[in-house]
Amino acid sequence: MASKVIHALYTDDDVLMDAVKQVRAEHYHIEEVYTPFPVHGLDKAMGLAPTRLAITSFMYGCVGLTFAISMMNYIMIEDWPQNIGGKPSFSYLENMPAFVPIMFELTVFFAAHLMVITFYMRSKLWPFKEAENPDVRTTDDHFLMELDASHQDVDSMISFLSNTGAVEIKVIDKQEDNH
Amino acid sequence: MYTLSSKLRLFSIILVVIGAIGLATGFLSAPSTIEEVKEMMAHDAHGGHGDAHAENGGHAQNAHGTETHGKEDTHGGDAHYEHVLHQLQNKPWAALYVAAFFFFMIALGVLAFYAIQFAAQSGWSPVLFRVMEAITAYLVPGGIILFVILALSGLHVNHLFVWADPGVVDPDSDKFDALINGKSGWLNGTGFIIRAIIFLGGWFLYRHFAVKYSRLQDEDATGNKWYKKSFKISAAFLVFFIYTESMASWDWIMSFDPHWFSTLFGWYVFASLFVSGITTIALITIYLKSKGYLEFVNNSHIHDLAKFMFGISIFWTYLWFSQFMLIWYSNIPEEVTYFITRIEDYRLPFFGMLVMNFIFPVLVLMNSDYKRINWFVVMAGIIILCGHYIDVYNMIMPATVGASWFIGISEISAVLLFLGLFLFIVFNALTKAPLLAKGNPYIEESKHFHY
Repeated sequence: MASKVIHALYTDDDVLMDAVKQVRAEHYHIEEVYTPFPVHGLDKAMGLAPTRLAITSFMYGCVGLTFAISMMNYIMIEDWPQNIGGKPSFSYLENMPAFVPIMFELTVFFAAHLMVITFYMRSKLWPFKEAENPDVRTTDDHFLMELDASHQDVDSMISFLSNTGAVEIKVIDKQEDNH
Repeated sequence: MYTLSSKLRLFSIILVVIGAIGLATGFLSAPSTIEEVKEMMAHDAHGGHGDAHAENGGHAQNAHGTETHGKEDTHGGDAHYEHVLHQLQNKPWAALYVAAFFFFMIALGVLAFYAIQFAAQSGWSPVLFRVMEAITAYLVPGGIILFVILALSGLHVNHLFVWADPGVVDPDSDKFDALINGKSGWLNGTGFIIRAIIFLGGWFLYRHFAVKYSRLQDEDATGNKWYKKSFKISAAFLVFFIYTESMASWDWIMSFDPHWFSTLFGWYVFASLFVSGITTIALITIYLKSKGYLEFVNNSHIHDLAKFMFGISIFWTYLWFSQFMLIWYSNIPEEVTYFITRIEDYRLPFFGMLVMNFIFPVLVLMNSDYKRINWFVVMAGIIILCGHYIDVYNMIMPATVGASWFIGISEISAVLLFLGLFLFIVFNALTKAPLLAKGNPYIEESKHFHY
C-alpha cells in the first residue's frame, strides 16, 4: 500500500518544539523527528514513552558486581590463596576491602558498556548501517518533522504546518513497502 | 514573608529546655571517684554489661596511646578503674561536643554550598538562597558555642584532648609522650585557640557580607553591583574555606587521636558536612513547601537537591573507603589502631553508619522518579543526618570515652538541646527577609528551572 508522508523542515529548536506541541494538539501523527543535536524535552513533547535504559543499566551493574565477586573469590580464595601483607586469603569476607576497587570497576564497566550496546541495538545502529535521515541537512542545521499524511487532507495539513514556522514542506509518496 | 508559628517556637524552646536539663543531669551523674565507678560497674554487672566493660577497658588505652600496659599491671586493678573514671567524666563533655559540632557543621556545609552557587553563577538554585541564608544564621551562635567548648578543652578544663594535658609535654612527668611533644609546635592550647579564632572569624565575615549583599541586591538590582560583589567574595571564601576547613578538622577532630593522622581527613570531614548541609536544605525546603510557602520551588529543585544528596553520599563513602582501605592493607600498628578500636569497641555504630550513609541513600535515591517524591527525600534525609551524627560520634568518642560508650541521657539531651537551638535560630532567621531573593539576576531562570 502506498503511504504518504509530509516532511516539514525547521531551522530552530524552539520553533520545532512549539510546532511539535501544536501538531500533537491537532492530533496529527508524528512518525519521527530528525535533529542535528539532542533537543531537550522533545521526547516528552512528542509523547514518547520514558526510556527503560536506566533499568537495564542497573541490572547490568548487578551482573558486573556478581561477576567481580565470583571472579575474585575463585582467583584469590579458592584457586590460589596467597598471603599478602600478612593477610592470608582463606575468607572472602575478611579480604573484602581489597576487592572493593575491582567490584566497583567491574560494576561500572558492565553497566556502562552493556548499556551503550543496548542503546545501539535498540536504536538499530550497527557498523556500516545506512543512514535513515531523509534529508542530509538534518545533520547540519535543519530539523525535520515527518508526519503521516495517509487518509488526511494534505492541503489543510500543509497550510497548518506553514503556520507553525516550517521553512520547507514536502509531500512524499512512499511507494516501497512501508514499515 | 515567613512568620514563625508559635507551635514551632514552643517546640524548639521545649527541646532546648529538656536538652539543657538532661545534659545537666549527665554532668551531675558522672562519677567523681574510683569508688563510685566500682559501684556503678558492680551494679551494671547484674545487668550483664559489666563484663564487657571490664574486658574492653584495656583496648581504649590504645586509642590514647599515652599509657602503657606495664603501668597498669604495677598499679593493679585501680588503674583500670581510674581509666574508666576519666572516660565516664569525659562522656558528657564529649556528648556536648559531638552535638555542638554536628549542628555547627550543618550550617558550615550550607555556607560552602551557598558560596559555590555564587562562584559557579548557577541558575537553578537562587530560589533556595533565602533558605540557605537562614540555615547559615546558625553559624555565628553555633560557632561561638563551639569556640567556648574548644577553648575550655584546649586549656584542659576538661580532659577531651590528651595533648592539652601539660604532663604529656613535660619530660619529667611520668605521662610524658615523645610523639605528642614532637607535635606540640602545632598542638598547644594557645595556637589552638588562635587558629579557632581565625577560622571562625573568616567564616563569620563571609557569612555577614554574603547575606548583606544578597539583601542589598534585592533593593537595588541595577547593574548587578551587589551580585558581582557576592561573586567575588564567594570565590575568595571558597579558597579560604577549603584550607581552613581542612586545618579545623585536624584541630577539632583528628587531634583527639594525636598519634594518628590521615592526609585526606579534611576532605572526609568536608564530605560529611557538605552532605549534611545539603540534606538540611532539602528538608527545610520541603517543610516550608508543605506549609504553603516557597510556591516558586518546583519538584525539579527537589530533584536536584536529592541528586546532590545521592552524589555526595557516594563521595563520602569513596573518601571513607580510601582512608580505611590503605590503613587496613598496610596494617602499620600506629595507624591501624584507629580502626581496630572502632571495629572492636564500636562495631555497631561503625558499620551501621556505613549502611545509613551509603547503602541506604544509594538504594533509595538511585531511581530518578523517587528523587521527586517528597516523603522519599525526607526519609532518606533523616537517615543521612542520623548517619552523619554517628559518623561524628565515631570520630570523637573512641578517643574520649573509649569502650565506656553508650548512647545515654547525655548524648540524647545534647542533640535535643542543639536541635532546639538550631530550629529556633534558623526559622527565626527565615522571618527576617522575603523568601524570594528577587534581585538575583538568575531568579527568573531559577523559577523556570525544569528538568
